[in-house]
Amino acid sequence: MITLLEARNIGKRFGGLQALSDVSLTIRKGEVYGLIGPNGAGKTTFFNVLTGAYTPDGGEFVFNGSELPTGKPHKVVGRGIARTFQNIRLFRDLTALENVMAGHHIRTKAGVWGVLTQNRFTREEERLTTGRAYELLRYVGIQRFADVVSKNLSYGDQRRLEIARALATEPQLLALDEPAAGMNATETGQLKQLIQQIRNDGITVMLIEHDVKLVMGLCDRVAVLDFGSKIAEDVPAVVQKDDAVIAAYLGGGKHAN
Amino acid sequence: MNELVAAVPWLGKRNPTAARWLIILVAIAAPFIAWQFGRSWVRILDFALLYMMLALGLNLVVGFAGLLDLGYIAFYAVGAYTFALLASPHFGIHLPFWLILPLGAAFAALAGIMLGFPVLRLRGDYLAIVTLGFGEIVRIFMLNLNYPVNITNGPQGINMIDPINLFGWDLSRNIRIGEDFTINSLFLYYYFFLIAVAGSILFIQRLQISRIGRAWAAMRDDELAAKAIGINTRNMKLLAFALGATFGGVAGALFGAFQGFVSPESFSLMESIAVLTMVVFGGMGNIAGAVVGAFVLALLPEVLRDVAVPLQQTLFGHVLLDPEVLRMLLLSLAMILMMLLRPAGMIPARARYCHDKHLSATLKQEAAK
Repeated sequence: MITLLEARNIGKRFGGLQALSDVSLTIRKGEVYGLIGPNGAGKTTFFNVLTGAYTPDGGEFVFNGSELPTGKPHKVVGRGIARTFQNIRLFRDLTALENVMAGHHIRTKAGVWGVLTQNRFTREEERLTTGRAYELLRYVGIQRFADVVSKNLSYGDQRRLEIARALATEPQLLALDEPAAGMNATETGQLKQLIQQIRNDGITVMLIEHDVKLVMGLCDRVAVLDFGSKIAEDVPAVVQKDDAVIAAYLGGGKHAN
Repeated sequence: MNELVAAVPWLGKRNPTAARWLIILVAIAAPFIAWQFGRSWVRILDFALLYMMLALGLNLVVGFAGLLDLGYIAFYAVGAYTFALLASPHFGIHLPFWLILPLGAAFAALAGIMLGFPVLRLRGDYLAIVTLGFGEIVRIFMLNLNYPVNITNGPQGINMIDPINLFGWDLSRNIRIGEDFTINSLFLYYYFFLIAVAGSILFIQRLQISRIGRAWAAMRDDELAAKAIGINTRNMKLLAFALGATFGGVAGALFGAFQGFVSPESFSLMESIAVLTMVVFGGMGNIAGAVVGAFVLALLPEVLRDVAVPLQQTLFGHVLLDPEVLRMLLLSLAMILMMLLRPAGMIPARARYCHDKHLSATLKQEAAK
């Protein structure tokens, strides 16, 4: 198995709160990797540090064999890591299609001069972007809403649109922050299929999720965070029986019966 | 142009081609109609076109990129003073028009970037305050740069600026055809400005429907998400400030040449607010809104001035309220009514950021499968 992403001793502190301490993990190419833990364990902070939204206090990420820049989100996306957000963050006033087209920004090149003169390169690029965006909408199954302003989409469709937008950046690693939050059982089932499809198409998926059934059914390996530290990392079946994990979720240690 | 066409009531949706020709016809015929009411009305139309250009440029910054700019008139001032200094007896420099225009645009763009850098991390109210300060700084510079070295001639302003001269064709001279037919220079300026505005609309529309326009819209709707899909928000903000300022600079240069005189009082905070009002009044974030808003709000005060005085004289026998006072009153009233009845502006159309023809072509392929 080839390693895609390696996090080495990542630390992040907010004032007196140690949000992440010495977190190390490796994600292999082509797997679905779950990141779970109780609320406030540092999962989303890990995502933010990984994608450059925060600068880590210590440690480094090695992606595809070379170090990732920290604190520069657009460079991280350029290297091939895309993310979605826990609370959906779409471009509200753009249509579904335009949202995905905006996601293609980093893979296109037209500059002011090209845009003003509308030279052949720019026109061709624009046409390809539109076509690709439509393909991605179909890929996630919402192509019939291509021309609908995204704030008017249903919750589940907004989640799908956000995934499509992330895929438009042509990532190698897709980081999903609680994609099933607020979804009903049917929608979660569809989401599971979508994530499996994405994995089968060669994109590695990293997943923060609270829905245990989804995590256990979908992930190849799971890491558990608690109070900013990694307490377990293994295949789901093993993690499920891990004492430290059970203690983290249900309480334990000397105060437990 | 397409948005402008769609904004024509009734006709715009039913017959876009007819609406397009109607707009072109009205634009060409406008000064002739205005001429019937007197020479000053053509002049007012000329100024309305300059305001259109300003509103288009400001709409790019505020409407597209979501950066509230209350000091936009500063770029207008930079353009105007560039022209004034490089084509007047003040320094004795008389550079050709085609050289100064790009220089004015470039200086304004530079000023835009200078404003852009310190405000990169600011949003909303904070950004508005800093840009407001920037506008005032530029005006006060113009006001005080006459000592110890006289650069701007201070509050007296700069006089006798060269008129626009297109390769030896002086726009400020009336053209005389035969014995008793003359084309007034105001008409020449009108058509020249019209071409400039049409060019601006074309450019801005192309920017809007491009990866740059989408990046601005993304940044406006959600900056964090825009970063997360790889948009370099710093560069895109600077680009918005620079390009918006360019339009202000060009309009300023044209203003200086047209007016023949610039002084700091033309670039007060009230002017910035007036341009912003035009954008908001017309409908923020779409080109047609900026154009219509500028047209209506540039003409309305003049119409009021013309109507209010005779009306008061016939009603009360003398003028009770100065038209200038009335102007502010009615403008504020118009804004309040607008906010209550049409909060999205006169033309609340949603701007498009992708080519319809591309989408329909994709959909057609889809249907064929």
